[in-house]
Amino acid sequence: MTAGTGIGARVPRREDKRFLTGTGRYVDDLPLARATYAYFLRSPHAHAKIKTIDTTAAKAMPGVVEIFTGKDTAESKMGGLICGWVVKDKNGEPHKAPAHPVMALDTVRYVGDTVAMVVANSIDEAKDAAEAIKVDYDVKPANVDLAHALDKGAPEVHPEAPGNLIYDWEIGVKADVEAAFAKAAHVTKLDIVNNRLIPNAMEPRAAAAEYDKGTGNYTLWSTSQNPHVLRLILSAFVLGIPEHKLRVVAPDVGGGFGSKIFCYNEETMVCWAASRVGRPIKWTAERSESFMTDAHGRDHVTHAELAMDKEGKFLALKVETIANMGAYLSTFSTAVPTYLYATLLAGQYTTPLIYANVKAAVTHTAPVDAYRGAGRPEATFVIESIVSKAAVEMKMDTADLRRKNFIPTEAFPYQTPVALQYDSGNYPPIIDEAIKISDYKGFEARRAEAKSRGKLRGIGFSSYIEACGLAPSNVVGSLGAGVGQWESAQIKFNPTGNVQVMTGAHSHGQGHETTFAQLIHDKLGVPMDQIEIVHGDTATTPFGMGTYGSRSLAVGGSAIMKATDKIIAKGKKVAAHLMEADVADVEFENGTFKVAGTDKSVPLGQVVFAAYVPHNYPLAEVEPGMDENAFYDPANFVYPSGTQICEVEIDPETGEVEVIAHTAVDDFGNIINPMIVEGQVHGGIVQGVGQALMEAAVYDKTTGQLTSGSYMDYTMPRADNFPSFKLGYKTTPCPHNPLGVKGCGEAGAIAAPAAVMNAVRDALAPLGIKHVEMPATSLNIWQTIQGAHRAAA
Amino acid sequence: MYDFAYHRPKSLADAVATLKGKEEARPMSGGMTLIPTLKQRLAKPSDVVDLGGIAELAGIKVAGDVVTIGAMTKHYDVSVSPDVKKIIPALADLAGHIGDPAVRNRGTMGGSVANSDPAADYPAAVVALNATITTNTGKHPADGFFKGLFETALKDGELITAISFPKPEKAAYMKFPNPASRYAMVGVFVAKTKDGVRVAVTGAGSAVFRVKAMEDALSKNFTSAAIKDIKIPATDLNSDIHGSAEYRAHLVGVMARRAVDAANK
Repeated sequence: MTAGTGIGARVPRREDKRFLTGTGRYVDDLPLARATYAYFLRSPHAHAKIKTIDTTAAKAMPGVVEIFTGKDTAESKMGGLICGWVVKDKNGEPHKAPAHPVMALDTVRYVGDTVAMVVANSIDEAKDAAEAIKVDYDVKPANVDLAHALDKGAPEVHPEAPGNLIYDWEIGVKADVEAAFAKAAHVTKLDIVNNRLIPNAMEPRAAAAEYDKGTGNYTLWSTSQNPHVLRLILSAFVLGIPEHKLRVVAPDVGGGFGSKIFCYNEETMVCWAASRVGRPIKWTAERSESFMTDAHGRDHVTHAELAMDKEGKFLALKVETIANMGAYLSTFSTAVPTYLYATLLAGQYTTPLIYANVKAAVTHTAPVDAYRGAGRPEATFVIESIVSKAAVEMKMDTADLRRKNFIPTEAFPYQTPVALQYDSGNYPPIIDEAIKISDYKGFEARRAEAKSRGKLRGIGFSSYIEACGLAPSNVVGSLGAGVGQWESAQIKFNPTGNVQVMTGAHSHGQGHETTFAQLIHDKLGVPMDQIEIVHGDTATTPFGMGTYGSRSLAVGGSAIMKATDKIIAKGKKVAAHLMEADVADVEFENGTFKVAGTDKSVPLGQVVFAAYVPHNYPLAEVEPGMDENAFYDPANFVYPSGTQICEVEIDPETGEVEVIAHTAVDDFGNIINPMIVEGQVHGGIVQGVGQALMEAAVYDKTTGQLTSGSYMDYTMPRADNFPSFKLGYKTTPCPHNPLGVKGCGEAGAIAAPAAVMNAVRDALAPLGIKHVEMPATSLNIWQTIQGAHRAAA
Repeated sequence: MYDFAYHRPKSLADAVATLKGKEEARPMSGGMTLIPTLKQRLAKPSDVVDLGGIAELAGIKVAGDVVTIGAMTKHYDVSVSPDVKKIIPALADLAGHIGDPAVRNRGTMGGSVANSDPAADYPAAVVALNATITTNTGKHPADGFFKGLFETALKDGELITAISFPKPEKAAYMKFPNPASRYAMVGVFVAKTKDGVRVAVTGAGSAVFRVKAMEDALSKNFTSAAIKDIKIPATDLNSDIHGSAEYRAHLVGVMARRAVDAANK
């Protein structure tokens, strides 16, 4: 462990004091004078025509300020919400882009679709008025079941998307893959569902907006993971408020997991309506609204086949997936099952030929978009499930089959057949360490001991690859992204020597205020308590892309490092002047400028002061001030990797699955704060195990009602569902960013589902059971066991 | 929530008087069901009469082999009561596993019993232990008190004041919680008394019910082996995304056997 507070030290999170003592400032905490409160009337139907909306009685209710419907937004010429990534169909056509009105016009398309906005003096008055709005619906059949969403005759969600198909996309050469399958000694086949999840950030989405009539300026406070991107979308596509007249602030935000990346209709409406009612407007989602309207995650139906030679060497992989988009295309929805999914299907393996076909379908359900891992968990789940199944069929050890097919360490940088070039990696030591930590060799004895207690014990592996920190911008642009993927930083010293570091990344639980301060402390020698990390406000930070996809340290941290280089370079010029030395002889170390080979030195603080009070200063060559900006556009993605091993016990009488042990060994490159990384891995594993064993967004297949719409029915993982995790690390520094770092935020959630489900399948194998779908709830396991008994009878 | 008049009487008599004649008034004990219902605008009472200020309704008394628990006694207090732990440890154990710590420190026995939630734990104890429910107007035997989904033998204006539990020879409660809500998906309370054996099931049906076949078998032979072949029909059992009726029927058998084993320990 590194001592002190620099890179590598376990520095306690500086932000936790305010979070734990209730002194954080979230959107809902904002004191806004003369505030009004918004309530959104939502569709109770999955699919219906709106015949009429009558707001007359509601508008006359006490406390009501204004009521808006889709008609009002349409008349204002407001743009619709956009999908920011254009995916091209396999015949070269851009994806179908059905209109996404900010409020429903004549049709509602999922339970929770927005029908009217009530603005009132209090939230209770707004709700009372919403109950008095009369909406006459003509209820239509709903298209809810993803597996049949593209069937002929399925109810149509949008006229712009015939047959409910958004795109039919492919990667790889199908004929080459088929040729390899024709020569295969063995083919393993897998039909698998990736269950739909609801993000459940601790803080629900919220928005507040204020319009300053004097200046014409708008301020929108939003629970956003990326306030600049939100402003860009609202300005350029939806509201038309120029960027310089719209300030977006994302203050303390209580978790996002992807669901707060996107531009939603409620924040759009709150901002739009603030100028119309002439008073600030506040809105905070209730938990039921979060369940209904936060963009959901995952939701794939997949068929996969893996071709092998007789030794188990992978020859080719083909994958066919139907991905659910929900009722409307959310901001980055189209990219998730394509460029964040199919491009990951090589995993850690040398599979030379891969073909993937992805069909994106619209359904009468909430929009689906990126959720912790976004595409990469889905890819890992397919690969690691089929590899474990192949090992069973080939009668090979599951670890040996993986090792046999790993990309050799000397092969990096490694070009996969699905577009990505892995920059670095060293997989064998990772699986070896995981095997050691988990005592894989002792497993059969533990299985036998469990059997003596009437329990079925199983073990499962998952060796994942992740691509995070999407980059470089020109490449993602060529793939259809609507934005760049760089990050910004500004290091602004104050005359007294303390420093404000503005980052375009956004922290909503990640601990940037600590990790980024460690970078500054380590590089510039400024004490931790004199460093302030500033983020989340378009008025005070440089334009940034925000936080998602495990990008903040690799991209945002690298931008900070670039800015520190500029500070040091300028400081050397000033220090050279102060020490009457040649710039070339000035060195910087531990916060002090020194003249090499002499005892002359000047601390950074003195240089900073000289820069702001430039009485003795090289004004002819150097500008005053100590304030530097940097933008960093990475050369490539970063590629964390790792292996998780899960051990479960199943009670065959009740079907309950208990996670007995869970090991994760990761290569995140260099680690800045090991404690924060452990927290990220723990949280990720919990979300992954949650998906595998508990969580499921369930819609009634006939009515389209969200059956799992509250914590009474949506199973959130809890602390008592887990053992203590066993973690390990192997380090291969990223070769192309200045910190040598990769990403750690999503790894746990990416790898865990396959590890758990492979363990469940292994535990049930003695009963002749070959496949179990997620989530492996006790009901699911019990029914599966009953099915096996019936089959055996 | 909708607006309502809030009352906090100091005595049972005041509470009864406040409720009288107000058709849309609702008494509130711990509020663990009523408050979420109000917040979601699923109930619109004219008045809420909070029984929390009535000292005479809370407390645990022992007389001979009978434990009498005041209606407003909180789950936490039942779970840690030395008297309950000594005389009916299964009841203390049940109380210690209701909901979560916040619920156990607010929720009350009387509220739970009066509500007859199909997934509540206490009704199983009341029926299996053959408790007596005392109200401001009289007494109810356990059998026949729970009439159905959120329905009991209580009349309008009738408030539970205390519940009396005779000491069993042996008893245990086994709960299979709903994984999401942690309410009982199936809970089985088994009690052996000098008058015989009672098996009460909560969570599985529209209200708590007894399993006569198991009671008969266990009265002859109080071991889990005695009931291993008794199948519960799935007809009329609850079914939802966490448990089909068939699964619940199966779990009644498993939980009953485990409860008998626990009672014999």
